[in-house]
Amino acid sequence: MKLPLLLAALLAAGSALGQPVKIGELNSYKVFPAFLEPYRKGMELALEEINAAGGAAGRRLELVIRDDGGTPGDAVRVAEELISREKVDVLMGTFASHVGLAVSNLAAQRKILFVASEPLTDKLVWDNGNRYTFRLRPSTYMQTAMLVPEAAKLNKRRWAIVYPNYEYGQSATASFKKLLAAAQPGVQFVAEQAPPLGKIDAGAVVQALIDAKPDAIFSSLFAADLQKFVREGNTRGLFTGVAVFNLLAGEPEYLDPLKDETPQGWWVTGYPWQAITTSEHTKFRDAYRKRWNDYPRQGSVVGYAAVYTVATAVRRAGSADTEKLVEAMKGLEMQTPFGPIVWRALDHQSTMGAYVGQLARKGSEGSMVNWRFADGARFLPSDGEVKALRKE
Amino acid sequence: MSYASVLIQFLNGLASASSLFLIAAGLSLIFGVTRVVNFAHGSLFMLGMYLAVALAPGVGFWLAVPLAALAVGAFGAVAESLLLRRLYRAPELLQLLATFALVLVIKDFALWAWGPEDILGPRAPGLAGAVTIAGQRFPAYDLFLIALGPAVLGTLWFLLKRTRWGMLVRAATQDRDMASALGVNQKGLFTAVFGLGALLAGLGGALQIPREPATLGVDLQVISDAFVVVVVGGLGSIPGAFLAALLIGEIKSFCIGLGFSKLTLVAEFVVMAAVLVLRPWGLLGKVRAEVRGAGALEPPLRLPSRGALLGLAALFAALALLPALHAGYTLVLLTDVLLFALFAVSLHFIMGPGGLHSFGHAAYFGLGAYGAGLLVHKASASMGAALLAGPWLAALGAAAFGWFCVRLSGVYLAMLTLAFAQITWSIAFQWDAVTGGSNGIVGIWPSPWLSGKTAYYYLTLAACAAGIALLWRVLYSPFGYALRAGRDSPLRADAIGIDVRALQWAAFTFAGFFAGLAGALYAFSKGSISPETLSIPRSVDGLVMVLLGGIQTLTGPVWGAALLTWLQDAVARGVDYWRAVIGGVILALVLAFPQGAAGFLRERFAR
Repeated sequence: MKLPLLLAALLAAGSALGQPVKIGELNSYKVFPAFLEPYRKGMELALEEINAAGGAAGRRLELVIRDDGGTPGDAVRVAEELISREKVDVLMGTFASHVGLAVSNLAAQRKILFVASEPLTDKLVWDNGNRYTFRLRPSTYMQTAMLVPEAAKLNKRRWAIVYPNYEYGQSATASFKKLLAAAQPGVQFVAEQAPPLGKIDAGAVVQALIDAKPDAIFSSLFAADLQKFVREGNTRGLFTGVAVFNLLAGEPEYLDPLKDETPQGWWVTGYPWQAITTSEHTKFRDAYRKRWNDYPRQGSVVGYAAVYTVATAVRRAGSADTEKLVEAMKGLEMQTPFGPIVWRALDHQSTMGAYVGQLARKGSEGSMVNWRFADGARFLPSDGEVKALRKE
Repeated sequence: MSYASVLIQFLNGLASASSLFLIAAGLSLIFGVTRVVNFAHGSLFMLGMYLAVALAPGVGFWLAVPLAALAVGAFGAVAESLLLRRLYRAPELLQLLATFALVLVIKDFALWAWGPEDILGPRAPGLAGAVTIAGQRFPAYDLFLIALGPAVLGTLWFLLKRTRWGMLVRAATQDRDMASALGVNQKGLFTAVFGLGALLAGLGGALQIPREPATLGVDLQVISDAFVVVVVGGLGSIPGAFLAALLIGEIKSFCIGLGFSKLTLVAEFVVMAAVLVLRPWGLLGKVRAEVRGAGALEPPLRLPSRGALLGLAALFAALALLPALHAGYTLVLLTDVLLFALFAVSLHFIMGPGGLHSFGHAAYFGLGAYGAGLLVHKASASMGAALLAGPWLAALGAAAFGWFCVRLSGVYLAMLTLAFAQITWSIAFQWDAVTGGSNGIVGIWPSPWLSGKTAYYYLTLAACAAGIALLWRVLYSPFGYALRAGRDSPLRADAIGIDVRALQWAAFTFAGFFAGLAGALYAFSKGSISPETLSIPRSVDGLVMVLLGGIQTLTGPVWGAALLTWLQDAVARGVDYWRAVIGGVILALVLAFPQGAAGFLRERFAR
């Protein structure tokens, strides 16, 4: 850096000293508490660590947390409040896809950086991507793609699919069919069940799948739907001799409630927190357990990494100015409990990965075995396809 | 489908029918006697689930179920005697507001007591496995449930038809004023019926734990199903509820078996709409005796005094001057308040003076929003054109649905409006290519010259004030007087030559248009729309606003909208258990001012 620039940067930093960088975090804390309470704990841990180490670019970090009510309309109002009354420097958070898209749309209109931590929809960074929105978690497409190599390896012919009937389930299903058909020509999809989210009629769905006589099942069910499906499937013998792939089912939020029903041998994406021994993860897990007297969930990692993202971006930009932050986010490299990630300049998607493995049961506890880490960077479509989707 | 799988799907349908029946029976019983539309019935079901899950590890599943049911029954009896008993003399539907507040409080209580994670209960000891039927494995526990439904039906039948207590309940169901005049102790009867209904809900919940986890969202999922079953069967008819549960259970089961699983999203609402259009009192329902005396006849709406008009003008002037003083978030919040006020006033127009209780008014709010959004998105219309044309889609929808709705009355009408709203919601939710599916439509912003907060605030203020003024003005036109006459005495109105139905239909469409205008303004203020704008919670918000302000007053809905929107904003920001706080505030208001906030003020100063 040239000397005058350096001086200017120092002066700018000096004048802002004492003024915290405000992160406006909004999420559906009351609608999805199982995921978001650990998420909040992860955020607070990261915040304490960062501020204890002197903050970012000489400034403390401050979280302003709001409940977005779980609806796009309320979320937009809450985001407006964060922007105009709290004067936050960055927006962060959201859980459901439609809420994430609405806030991302507002961020582009009001020209403020939005770090979407959790929403999985592909549209957030592709079809509806914009300059101000960046997404942390591996998207629906990426997590589906992580399961496809194992699915193709088994070389099963007849596949049945079950998914919650809304955008996440629909796009997981569409991506899976496309990717598997490409990897394994001649594969057949013999049944498709799309129960309403949260209201699966598990007995009837399981029986319909049995009738289709599949060799393998791809499911994107989660939470209560997954638990009902697993119990009915176990009782009715759906899973005997059938390979099952289930997105997200290895995340502690969804795996732990299954207890002694945990189906053995399912291929899932998730987070085997007990077993990961990389130094960055051990450090995170120990700090988390010490701070909260509880083990980390998937949400904890997301919340923790999201706050670190903002801190790292502020450090790189040397300021909390929106346009500088957006430029700093492009290509930003940083460390997370899951290892190093890069924020792609191309589509603002981080390369955070997920763990792919099989479910196992020990006593009345479920866990993930045979797992490996799937680096997000390896499960994205080509740059050309992404550019076409982003219409840039 | 093979014969074996037809048989199994039939049994699956029977098992879900039994579960549905247990919840619906209690709701039907409570409504039949007390006329309370118990919104909290799903919450009682959820309490039953959580209590059973919590008790089962200690006392075992089979003891946990009756204990949980009894505890929920006791809770119901207490809630009735402490809360609802004070409200039977209040205007109709106010009890609904109180039970809605209970929903909020119970939800946060469950979160506080049992934590956020789903809890999967134990399997039922002795019935944990499967039996083989026609070569297929079928859960033994489901067979037990299939048998339990008719057993509960039989018990209730015996209780109602063969005991003295049952005779009193039936008398009160048929004509509670006459029963009371003959010396039946209403208080005790109401408490007992409410307790029994709650016990059935708790039992239904407790019995579900081997089939599904206890989750915090289950209350609202269950309540809409229960309402549908009760209404399809005929309000107050227990055998009707059983029949309806069978019908809906089997239809859903075979939708899934035949590969039309996406239809299950709205199957029950389609059934309900069809049944209500063909049989306006449900499958086994009877035409009800008129309720006498309960809630004195509404005083006629008087012309607002000069002072009141001046006050409203002053309020408008203050709102118009506000941006000069304050330009930040207050304007965003006030924009929301204004357009919800228009929404609430349009709902009040048909609910209060029109006497048409709509539980599905969000349909027209949402149609207006989608109308405007689609015009911008698909036809690249300008903002002005979209704002002017969007509400016409709402009016069109209201005209189409209203034609059916005005043929019914009371709760049946309310449920038909709800069914149409749910059908509209499911179309918006599933029709990806046009409506953007569950994600909705993103990127509907006002034209640049209006995109500032202040400019958009002025637009909303002008449009909403004009809309509200027009709706109020119409109430004092000959049309409005005729509408009120039709509500107060349809027979007499008919006799003097008023076509009550045509009038109500016109009012329904008119109100739909203004709900649509509010929706279109909402779409541009948020920049995006999703199926949520059409959903049940949005309709319920509208109801709460009208009831909170006072249904028998003119300006009540405006204050109700302001109060609820402000509460949601202020409390959600500062408090962790904000739902319980809002519920508590509503309860306090309901108990202190059963006539609504504005009704209270009027009563206070009218003397």
